[in-house]
Amino acid sequence: MKKVSNRNPFSSFFGFSLVTLLLIFNTGLAQDSAAETEATTTTEEVVGGDPVKGKQLFNQNCAACHSLNRKMTGPALANVESRLAEEEGLDKDWLYRWIKNSPAMIAEGDAYAVRTYNEYNQAAMTAFPTLSDQDIDDILAYTAAPPPAPVVATTPVAGSGDGSGSGSAISNELILGALVLIFGLLVMMLFLVNKTLKRIAEANGLVKEKALAEKRTPIWKAFAQNQFLVLVTSILLILAAAYFAYGWMMQLGIDQGYEPVQPIHYSHKIHAGDNKIECNYCHSSARVSKHSGIPSLNVCMNCHKSIYEYTGNAEGPSAEDLANGYTNEFYTGEIKKLYKAVGWDEENQQYTGETQPVQWVRVHNLPDLAYFNHSQHVTVGKIECQTCHGPIEEMEIVQQFAPLTMGWCIKCHQETNVDVKDNGYYEKIHAELSKKYEVDKLTAAQLGGLECGKCHY
Amino acid sequence: MMKLLKIAAFGMLVLIGFSCADKNRPNYQYMPNMYEPVGYEAYQPVYFLPDGSLALLPAENTIARGTVPYEIANDMEGKLQSRTQLSPLDSLNTEANLANGKELYDIYCAICHGPKGAGQGTLVKREKILGVPSYADVARDITVGSTYHVIYYGLNAMGSYAGQLDHTERWQVSEYVMKLKGELTE
Repeated sequence: MKKVSNRNPFSSFFGFSLVTLLLIFNTGLAQDSAAETEATTTTEEVVGGDPVKGKQLFNQNCAACHSLNRKMTGPALANVESRLAEEEGLDKDWLYRWIKNSPAMIAEGDAYAVRTYNEYNQAAMTAFPTLSDQDIDDILAYTAAPPPAPVVATTPVAGSGDGSGSGSAISNELILGALVLIFGLLVMMLFLVNKTLKRIAEANGLVKEKALAEKRTPIWKAFAQNQFLVLVTSILLILAAAYFAYGWMMQLGIDQGYEPVQPIHYSHKIHAGDNKIECNYCHSSARVSKHSGIPSLNVCMNCHKSIYEYTGNAEGPSAEDLANGYTNEFYTGEIKKLYKAVGWDEENQQYTGETQPVQWVRVHNLPDLAYFNHSQHVTVGKIECQTCHGPIEEMEIVQQFAPLTMGWCIKCHQETNVDVKDNGYYEKIHAELSKKYEVDKLTAAQLGGLECGKCHY
Repeated sequence: MMKLLKIAAFGMLVLIGFSCADKNRPNYQYMPNMYEPVGYEAYQPVYFLPDGSLALLPAENTIARGTVPYEIANDMEGKLQSRTQLSPLDSLNTEANLANGKELYDIYCAICHGPKGAGQGTLVKREKILGVPSYADVARDITVGSTYHVIYYGLNAMGSYAGQLDHTERWQVSEYVMKLKGELTE
């Protein structure tokens, strides 16, 4: 550490710009051969900051509030060391002190410290006494020049993905085209054969048969004259019509498969599937109330204060997503819609107070004549959300999975055993009823789950 | 020729019939009077309220039934003040409180803070949200009261969870967080 503290600001700035230059040079030539990486790390060690280690430390400790090129809870940190040196005349020692104990500096009344504190809504930065000077050097090296590794890594992946995708598409089209051509040729050949055969028939004097045939009674007239046939056909027709009419009437009022377009394209597949967020996180009232609840936008902002763009999975959007137009830009646009509705000013990282309610379209709608309570099923019954709502975590657009008919409710009540474990409320009634029905486990139906008044009142 | 036309017309009719089955629109109902509620339903649009929505904040200076007011303010002083506050939950019932706290923690907190509180939740591992600290962080030195304060008001990038958890649940989660902190520092 002696080496570091002895350095004067000029030499540190000079050394730092040297590293930056070296790194830029290195990125420009970006051939990640082992020899070169080794060379850069050794030069960095001379100055005292390892950007690779710095990135790890930055992501662990700073990234909750700081980003490199973007204002978050705290200021953007790209080139923070040179910025402070040039604009404020503050050296590295100031940064060491600030990072290790910022509240003390504010209390002392350090001019720049107080100014920053007030500028960022008086959000105090946590003190980091655990970071050593070396750690801070690493972080500063990262903010000055983030390691180029990820950029180099992603380009070839994206390229190869595109190549294979378009390749398979082309081959598919080629095969289809060839098939259409062959089919067309076959049709043409058939026509030609037919024509030739006709000509031969004419030449042999077989045309007279046609004239004879015209003198016969046409088939529909013969059918109309046969009363038995007419009777049978009309009965068949009526039966068929009744069958279809019954089928159509039975599906009235059932919205299975209903899949409305929402004002903001919210993908359950990304949130509940890829990121494995619990259903109850957003639908928090499902635990305690009749309604599962549509989350208010502040719940979205719990995460989307930090997540301002969609970067997709590590492998990038799949071919299927791309075909539907679900690109990264599309999803990022939807996040911006959320910001607009909730009134979040991204530039200044604060709420403007200008909100617009989002008019979500309700998907599952039980008729008013039936009572349903979420908490009863989720908290007491411990039924998985997916039992009724289907594989929500795979749905890009939510659709109604269950028919929500009375028969469907009853079927489940007849088959599902009541979970009485650790539930004192059921102990007595379970003991008595299981004796009465002579069974070990009671179904919801045996506990009174089929009584009319339970759901219709 | 006439036959062809007839077939085409029939086909068109069938097509029209199918195109009426629109996934984007709810189905017809038998007796809408029994389907549509007379009273107001949650989230229902209404004409007489400012935003046209029934989902509103409680009126100012009122306390909703069942809520317990929190008197500590959302500033630096309040945060310091909260540190000394102790959990008001019954200490004889700790086990049940912690069990419920764990259940809630796994739903609301573990997605970022990780199931063990080390700051390695799914979202952090997938690099969606970064910089989530461990509960054992010496510099932060959280207490049960300060944890409650953060759950109630949020802190920096973390939002408030007062809307998703009620008074008792927040204390249960705070107690469970302190248990995780103890396990991490061991």
